[in-house]
Amino acid sequence: MTNIPTRRSGGLRRIFALVRKETLQVFRDPSSIAVGIVMPMLLLVLFGYGLSFDVKNVPVALVMEDSSADARGAVSGFELSDYFDAVPVKTMAEAQRLLLDKTVNAIVRIPPDFARRIELGNAEIQVLVHGTDANTARISLGYAQGAIATWLAREAARGRMLAGAPISVDSRLWFNEANESTYFLVPGLIVLVMTLIGALLTSLVMAREWERGTFEALFVTPVRSSEVLLGKIVPYFVLGMIGLALSVVGSKLLFGVPLRGSLAILIVVSMLYLLVALGIGLVISSVTKSQFVASQITLVATFLPAMMLSGFMFDLRSMPWAIQVITYIFPARYFVSLLQTLFLAGDIWAVILPNAAVLATMATVLMGLSVVFTRKRIG
Amino acid sequence: MTTVEPPVAVAAANLRKVFRRATGETVVALDGISFSARQGTLTAIVGPDGAGKTTLMRLVCGLMTADSGDLDVIGINVAANPQEVQDRIGYMPQKFGLYEDLSVQENLDLYAELHGVTPEQRKAIYPRLMEMTQLGSFTGRLAGKLSGGMKQKLGLACTLVRSPQLLLLDEPTVGVDPLSRRELWEIVLKLVRDEGLTVIVTTSYLDEAERCDHAVVMHAGQVLAQGMPGEITAKAEGCTFMATPPDGMPARSLQARLFQLPQVIDAVPEAGKVRIVRAFAEERNPLALNGAPIPLEAVPARFEDGFMMLFHAVAGGGLRNVMTLDHPPTGDGDTIAVEVHDLTRTFGDFTAVNHVSFEVRKGEIYGLLGPNGAGKSTTFRMLCGLLPATSGTLRVAGADLRTSRAEARQRLGYVAQKFSLYGQLSVDENLDFFASAYGLRGTRKRDRIAWAKQQFELDRFSDLPSGQLPGGFKQRLAMAASLLHEPEILFLDEATSGADPMARREFWGRITSLSEQGVTVIVTTHFMDEAEYCDRVVILDAGRTLAEGTPAEIRAHAHPTEGREPTMEDAFIAIVEESRREQDSPIARSAA
Repeated sequence: MTNIPTRRSGGLRRIFALVRKETLQVFRDPSSIAVGIVMPMLLLVLFGYGLSFDVKNVPVALVMEDSSADARGAVSGFELSDYFDAVPVKTMAEAQRLLLDKTVNAIVRIPPDFARRIELGNAEIQVLVHGTDANTARISLGYAQGAIATWLAREAARGRMLAGAPISVDSRLWFNEANESTYFLVPGLIVLVMTLIGALLTSLVMAREWERGTFEALFVTPVRSSEVLLGKIVPYFVLGMIGLALSVVGSKLLFGVPLRGSLAILIVVSMLYLLVALGIGLVISSVTKSQFVASQITLVATFLPAMMLSGFMFDLRSMPWAIQVITYIFPARYFVSLLQTLFLAGDIWAVILPNAAVLATMATVLMGLSVVFTRKRIG
Repeated sequence: MTTVEPPVAVAAANLRKVFRRATGETVVALDGISFSARQGTLTAIVGPDGAGKTTLMRLVCGLMTADSGDLDVIGINVAANPQEVQDRIGYMPQKFGLYEDLSVQENLDLYAELHGVTPEQRKAIYPRLMEMTQLGSFTGRLAGKLSGGMKQKLGLACTLVRSPQLLLLDEPTVGVDPLSRRELWEIVLKLVRDEGLTVIVTTSYLDEAERCDHAVVMHAGQVLAQGMPGEITAKAEGCTFMATPPDGMPARSLQARLFQLPQVIDAVPEAGKVRIVRAFAEERNPLALNGAPIPLEAVPARFEDGFMMLFHAVAGGGLRNVMTLDHPPTGDGDTIAVEVHDLTRTFGDFTAVNHVSFEVRKGEIYGLLGPNGAGKSTTFRMLCGLLPATSGTLRVAGADLRTSRAEARQRLGYVAQKFSLYGQLSVDENLDFFASAYGLRGTRKRDRIAWAKQQFELDRFSDLPSGQLPGGFKQRLAMAASLLHEPEILFLDEATSGADPMARREFWGRITSLSEQGVTVIVTTHFMDEAEYCDRVVILDAGRTLAEGTPAEIRAHAHPTEGREPTMEDAFIAIVEESRREQDSPIARSAA
């Protein structure tokens, strides 16, 4: 009669002992702390400050060969905008020199007959952009055209029709009005953090036990293989949630990234993804039983896809269809959709439900597989 | 045995286990093993590396299943119900299974929790375990920071947090110094004798089998014999003798020659003489060497002699152990080949080698002995110019290692502790690579490679990847590679660890042969009996020299033992114990 309760509490005691052991190891092993705590912070700072697709404070040389009010009005957009740092330059020759040694990235030249030709209807503004960084060049050019268009629009509003038809540029971006890439990079960062902790760290510590032979001694005790798994899952699940908290709080405080959806849903879907990542880590390490091989496979199978094929850095819709199909294999894709929706749009159930369902299915299958693969067997 | 035999704890019948390597070939680890171990007794599974001992242990504790055969462990069919067995037994694998980043106490607590030992029970058990293992003053220390011997004791303690119905110890004394080895055996014997524990232990140390109730002798996945150790020993009864070498001949030279004789099963140097096992007890003809008779004195047989009888029958003898050098080193025997003076090496605030001095003359065999962490390998690396010394002088073959390292290296050969050849390259490719690395080319290179293959009988393996060579041949290839450039001095770091007894004897025959032709040989070893092959040895502990001298001088340190000559191991233990007492070392050894 007492047999069954003792056995059950025995299992709980064993899981508790394993969790305690794993936690001690995490605190003693600098590499676990590095991956679990330092890495998220580092990525946050790196992605938030360093890695950005925005073009801001582009140095532009302004060559004013005409000093009329129209000429000054046309370049006012450059002088006042955050996107440009205007550098007034006397001659075109000097501006070209600055462009060549990359002191400036672009030249805006107002020719001497600018004001006169406005009246004639064929005024020109010359914009030269340094083209070595194609991305920046294209964006700078767009901004430059925008700045001039703004002036034209302002003049048009005052009833002055210049250069034929008024140009109206409506470049408002949905959900990222300021076109701040930090707003979608930082949520994406959560995917990387979760992947690193869930898959990479877990596969490493699991493979380490195989390599060092500690499992061999552990297995010849009353411990069940499911208890061994739980002893690994629980501590790294907690570590992953700490990583999530650090990323969310950090992105809010450092970069003011808004969270438009509900925090509760964010936590739930992150848990789902964390379980998927843990499952992948456990399966890989149980099969390879070697830290080196496990870490390589985990990087290629989870981290790189999370970075490149999840829609976090590169827009999935602009990929060739074959690659688009491949992205459906990787759980990171679904999580990124969820994160971008939750952070930038809000609780849009049409996006949340299907993606969360896929993650939940993957988590169930992977956990099942890890139970199948983790047998109390050597060799 | 006058009483009825105790019930069987482990019964194995016709166990067979085959592994498939990644390279595709199959390895038969167990080839129809049958044995039994009885309750309350100590059973030893004895055999050289690769005999299948570890595989057998893993089958018994349910970590592997056999391809065929029956295995019954404490009344349970282990293949069908591994968990039932694992709930009740204790198992210490070869790698101890300790968590090195957990402390002694945390390791114990983990295993106590896993075995469901209540805190009240622990209060009773822990003090006993601490007294037994003498780990009491180290409970807060991380397991990774313990010495090899202490790790072993902690591993044992973790299996004893509750009384197991069966205790399995896989090679518990590998890589442990003789002192710790003796202490561990005392603990195990006490558990069996006083507490009636059933223990199965695997070992490649033959003297350990002598202390068991039942010995199972294994070789290449088969049981050669089993029974009481006395029954194994009896196989060599009347065949064992001590042979005295002629004046002026070192015991090892006589040993090397006698070992080649077809009527001699085994020969090892011991206490300045040679212990031999002859093939037949009734043979009374005296042995002769170059016409001169060798005086023989009959001595009682021991377990190792019986083992070698069995082993010789399956492994065969007649191993070639003579080497012929094309260009033996010149110079007379008084030249100092290696000179070490006040050698010190520190790593941070840890002193690995502490003011060590010795000299080795040309053609001598010089041994560096000591437990793990004694500083043997560090000294060795400095001698080979792989590690700079912190202070002190080092001269090798007349060259100062501080100033002319490259010159010295040309004149020395080095066989590393681990097999350091390229496993995927064939024997030929390895030799070719090492010859080029030593700067040999053209005819000389071809000649030297041909010489090495002929001397070490490697011809038939030319195209085999060296990783797949049979055990003893890996050692041969490593030694062959180190001799390609005809060095005057040969350094061998634990070169015989992992070799079977036959291969070890063959290996020492070759070393003897090299030294007779003027090559200076410096070896490290943890097999104390191998010190008998050396001209002189130095015993190191914790970086300091404890004793130096000929094997006879070292042996004189041993406490007198009844009925037998003291062994090198007795002497080693006496010397280390004495020095630790003097130092009032932190390793508190209570009188109890």
